[in-house]
This record gives sequence, structure tokens and C-alpha cells, in this order.
Amino acid sequence: MSQKARRYSARDRALLIAGLGVVITLNAALIWGPTLASVVLSATDWNGISEIRWLGGENYHDLAAEYPPFWTAVRNNVLWLGFLGLLATPFGLFCAVLLDRRLALSRVYQSALYLPVVLSLAVVGFIAQLVYSADYGVLNAVTGMRTDWLGDSSINIWVVMVAAGWRHVGYVMIIYLAGLKAVDPALKEAAAIDGATETQAFFRVVFPTLRPVNVIVLVITVIEALRAFDIVYAINKGRNGLELLSVLVTENIVGEASRIGFGSAIAVVLLVIALGFIVTYLTQIFREDR
Amino acid sequence: MIQRLSRRDLMRGSLLGAAAFGVPAILAGCGNPAERGAAAPATGAAARGVVTLGSNASDEVPKKALDTVIKAFTSNDLKINTVDHNTFQENINRYLRGTPDDVFTWFAGYRMQFFAEQGLAVDISDVWQEIGADYTPAFKAASTGSDGKQYFLPFTYYPWAVFYRKSLWQEKGYEVPATLDEFTALARKMKADGLSPVAFADKDGWPAMGTFDILNMRANGYDFHVSLMAGKETWTDPRVKQVFDLWRGLLEHHQEAPLGRTWQEAAQSLQQKKTGMYLLGMFVAQQFPESDRDDLDFFTFPEINPQFGTDSIDAPIDGYMVSAKAKNVAGAKALVKHFAQAASQNVATSLDPGTLAASSKADTGGYSALQKRGAELVSGAAHIAQFLDRDTRPDFASTVMIPAFQRFIGKPDDIDALLRDVEAQKANIFR
Repeated sequence: MSQKARRYSARDRALLIAGLGVVITLNAALIWGPTLASVVLSATDWNGISEIRWLGGENYHDLAAEYPPFWTAVRNNVLWLGFLGLLATPFGLFCAVLLDRRLALSRVYQSALYLPVVLSLAVVGFIAQLVYSADYGVLNAVTGMRTDWLGDSSINIWVVMVAAGWRHVGYVMIIYLAGLKAVDPALKEAAAIDGATETQAFFRVVFPTLRPVNVIVLVITVIEALRAFDIVYAINKGRNGLELLSVLVTENIVGEASRIGFGSAIAVVLLVIALGFIVTYLTQIFREDR
Repeated sequence: MIQRLSRRDLMRGSLLGAAAFGVPAILAGCGNPAERGAAAPATGAAARGVVTLGSNASDEVPKKALDTVIKAFTSNDLKINTVDHNTFQENINRYLRGTPDDVFTWFAGYRMQFFAEQGLAVDISDVWQEIGADYTPAFKAASTGSDGKQYFLPFTYYPWAVFYRKSLWQEKGYEVPATLDEFTALARKMKADGLSPVAFADKDGWPAMGTFDILNMRANGYDFHVSLMAGKETWTDPRVKQVFDLWRGLLEHHQEAPLGRTWQEAAQSLQQKKTGMYLLGMFVAQQFPESDRDDLDFFTFPEINPQFGTDSIDAPIDGYMVSAKAKNVAGAKALVKHFAQAASQNVATSLDPGTLAASSKADTGGYSALQKRGAELVSGAAHIAQFLDRDTRPDFASTVMIPAFQRFIGKPDDIDALLRDVEAQKANIFR
């Protein structure tokens, strides 16, 4: 990056301009244009038909102060991130470590854990309904309970996160499994010879060598948490305790409601949260490069 | 109704993509095609203009009904663009401002007025002068924009009422309640008999609107209801609070855990005689096997305030409008007139037993027992509301009222705070 400027021939320059130009134009048109448009629209009350009227920050005030689903959605997004990051991901790692030890039938376990990953989250949502439905769900039928798992807004987010985690665990497991297979067995042997216990060997030797995999898994987990949408939408359109920011954006903008200004304000909030993670991640990466 | 149909569409997997877009109508300066029959050759250049029809009848039954109805339309060539019901509704704004078809399916009441006010629909008062006598004043009112002109032609509709199984009621000796006290007494009796008295489901968010509508109209009257829906009243008004108080009192008689249940499941519980009665639209019959349909009957929700009796009901009307960008307005109006004919509506109601013909001239001889009772109910009602999500702004209905009703059902004791929140959001939307 910090090299001195070279001399480019006219042809090189033309190529550079053409090459970069196309990318920059596409990038601006497809990413930054719509992003800026959302930011601008979030300060209006546009409904898609009417004249655009400026409201300034009013949408943000209404969001925070007078739109009850907003804070539920923020809370749920944080819960989702916490659940995937602190429970589902470590559990996926745990499964990967166990499977890496070549248990009997490990292929069977591996397939069973990986199976949900091939399902889309919307399908997981339908399966969740078959399990959790109060009237005909498997869970109530087997346990004899009469809990309204999906309708009770104080518990439904948890059971839905379990369903989402079911899929996430398999995803994380397969990535870690690949990473573990690539760890040089000599490292573990050396640790064992040096008298490290199995736990020490894992946390001090194996886990640090998995660093590149960890970064990938972290990024996947954050992305999964922020883009969660289809599972709650399939279950109850993301209402009544299952609100997520992505759902509120859709609910307000798409559809007949057409509260484009208001929905854009929610989208901007989601953007800011996403940017927080992206910036942290990129600074980490660039720091290492140096 | 958005939600119901989307659900139904999903269930049937009948997601039809948008069909080919409208071929530009070949416009010759032709006059009214209906008159053309008499003076046809004289106008010479009057080619048979193409009329395009934007239809949301993507479900199998309504689609077949529409196809049969338009077979009899011969004065113009017709091109139908069928779009998935839910998609059609969600894209209506963009559709009407883009390249809409000449005629499009839509709903009566506030939802129609909204587009008429935006100048997106053609005034069809001239059509109404010809066919007006075929409709009751209630239907005409539901087709009239805020400027007093007609923009909508009612085709079919279906009433909301409390449905029950005759055989179960006979066996247990239940009688149709005429007042709220009788209603609650009946509910207690049902509970004693081991039934869950009132079937209820609100996972999809919209069915609870039907309960609110009827309670509000019974307690406070149609005029207040309409005014509340139009954003002209405050939600913190004691009259609104009274409705929620009434509702809270009734909730104990409703099926448990409604927020995790779909209306289909609730309807099945009625069919299986696990619940005693169910307030829903006539489409509840869809969940009944053919053999059980004759056992289905209904009564209108009982009186609460004697001043209003049972003079109002929800009966959403489906029909047709002409888009402001129509290329062939004359042909479009001819098509609308075709839909106004009693014969057309009879064809539709015979194929789709969940609907009733809007025209008073329609022949009710071919109706099923349930359809006949439905027609009686509606003709006896002084006021017809269109259902909450059609009587108010769509953004208010979907982003404020659905979460509010679900919150109420989850925590029925928190009415004051709930209504304050609704009022604050209403002020933001109706500004």
C-alpha cells in the first residue's frame, strides 16, 4: 500500500481507470447509493406516493419513544447474537472436538448434526411449528405440557432461538471439524510429551492454531444474528415477542403499509449496528496485515 | 385480509408469478362499447379495443370463478393478468403509479377512498347511474369516495358472524343468545359441559380485528367506529377503553393460548366440536369437509348497547375499480358493467360458496343454506363495515393495531398504557 507511486504507461492507466471505474460505479450504484438513499429517506415521511415531506429526526424519536416493537426488536437482536455467540457456537466447537476424536459412529453423529444446515431457516421455522405448536406440537404431546411455546411472548424468542441454534451448531461444527483435521497431530503429541493435560493441550495449543477458523466463525455468527429473519417470519411474521429489526424494516416498507421514511429509519439503525461490527473486524484485519 | 389470504396462498402453494404484463391496448377512438352494438358500423374505425384486467384471484376457486364470469364478456377482447393475492396487495402503490391494467380488483371503503383521493382511480359515477338500482344504499356508500363520486363496483362479499355446529347445539340444548349477558351465560354453560366456549386464534394478527370491530360497533355504534378508524377520535377515549374492558371480560371464555394458533386450527376445533362457537368470516366453512357444511350455522354477535342493537356487521366487499392510467376507459367501464350484472355474480357465488353476490338483483335461489342465511343477515344490517384493516390506513392497521391487539391478548390488564401507546402512534401516522 505504502509503496512509492510508480510510473504507469497510458495503457496501464486506461486499464486501471476502466477496471476500477466499473467496480467503483457498480459499488456506488448498488451499495452506497441505496444506503445513502435510506439515510436521506429516514428523515422524511414518504409513503411511496405522496410528496416527500421533511421530518428531520422525528422518525428516530417516534421509533425510540413511541414504537413498542422497536425496543423488543433491539433486545431480540442482541439476545440472538448472544445466544448464537455464547451458546450455539461453543456447542458447535464442542461437538467438533468430540467428533474429531473418532468416536464409534462418528459419521452418523456428524451427518445428524450437519443435516439441519442444508435446510433454509424458513423451513426450520415450519419444523419449529410442528414441534412447538400448543395444540398439535410434538413437544406438548410428548411431555403432556400445555405451554403455548410460540404464542407466549415471554418464552417464544427462546424456543425459536433454540431452533435457529439447532441449525447454527451444525454449521459451526463442520467448519471447526475441517479446521481441527488440519491441525498438525505433532503439536498435540508434543504437548502431551511436555505433560499437558488434554484440556490444557486443547486451550493452549490447538485452539490458538484455529485462529483463522475462529475469525470466520465469528463473522458467520454475527452475520447470522443480524440477518435472522426468515425463521420468525415463517412462524408468526415476526410479531408478538419475535420482533427483529430486519422484520420491522420489511413490515414498514414492503407491503401496503409503505411507511418508507419510518422503515428507513429502522434500516439505518440496523446499518449502524452492522457497521459497528464491520469496522471492528476490518480494523483487526488491517492491524494484522501491518 | 392480507394475512388471511397470504396464509391461504401459502397453504395451497398456489404462488403464481405475475403473468405477462398488459399488452398496450390498441386504442381507436371508439365510444362506449355497450352502445356500439346498436350503432356499430357507423363509427367505422371503432376496433375492438383490448381491455386489461389486473386480478388478484390467484387461489384456485376464485380464479376459476373469475375465468367463468369473464367468458361471457364479449364486447371487448380481454387480457387478464393474475398476480398472487398477497403480492398484488403489497405492490398496489407501485402498480397503480406504474403501468396498471385498465380494471383492477380491489376492496370497498377506506382502502378504495385512499386511492381515489390520490387520483389513481377513474370516477365511475356514470356507470352507477345505470346500475345503481341494483345495489342497496349501503353498497353504494361503500363504493363512494370522499368527494361523493363512485370509484368502485361491488362484486362479492362475505359477512362475519358467530359460527356454530347445529348438531352440537341441539344435542346440548344451547340457544342463540340475544344479549351479551345471555352470551356469557351460554359460555359458562359450555365450559361446564367441558367445551372451550369461544374458539379464538390470533397468531396471524388479523383475526382479533374482527372481535374488536364487532365489540366497538355493538357498544359505540357504527358512526363512532368509522370515525375512530379514520383517525378522528382518540384511542384513549373512555368509549374505546370500554370496548377493551368488555373484551377482557370475554377473554376468559375464549380458547386458551390464541397467539400460537392460526384461524384454521381454531376452525378445526369448532368442526371437531371441541369449541362451541367462533366469530369469523364465512370463509370458516373452508375448514369444514363437504359433508359437515350443512351442519354449520351462525348468529350475529349479540346486542351490547340497546341504542345500536345489532344494526352493524363486518362484511368486506371485493370488487373492481378503473385505474386512472387506463388506456381503454370505455372498454374498462363496459367490463365493470359486466361485473355488475346479477348473472355474472351468480356464476361467481355458485363456484365460490364462501361468497355472496353484491347485487340485490342476484338470484339467491342457487345459494347454499349458509349463503342464504348470510344474505339475510347482511340485508338486515343498517351499516356494513369493511373490517378493520380495510376501514383504516393500511400502515396503521398492520404496524400499530396488529401488535397492539396481540399485546392486549397477552396482557389484558394493561389497557391504559396500551391505549396511550396506540394513540401516540396514531398521531404519528395520521399527521
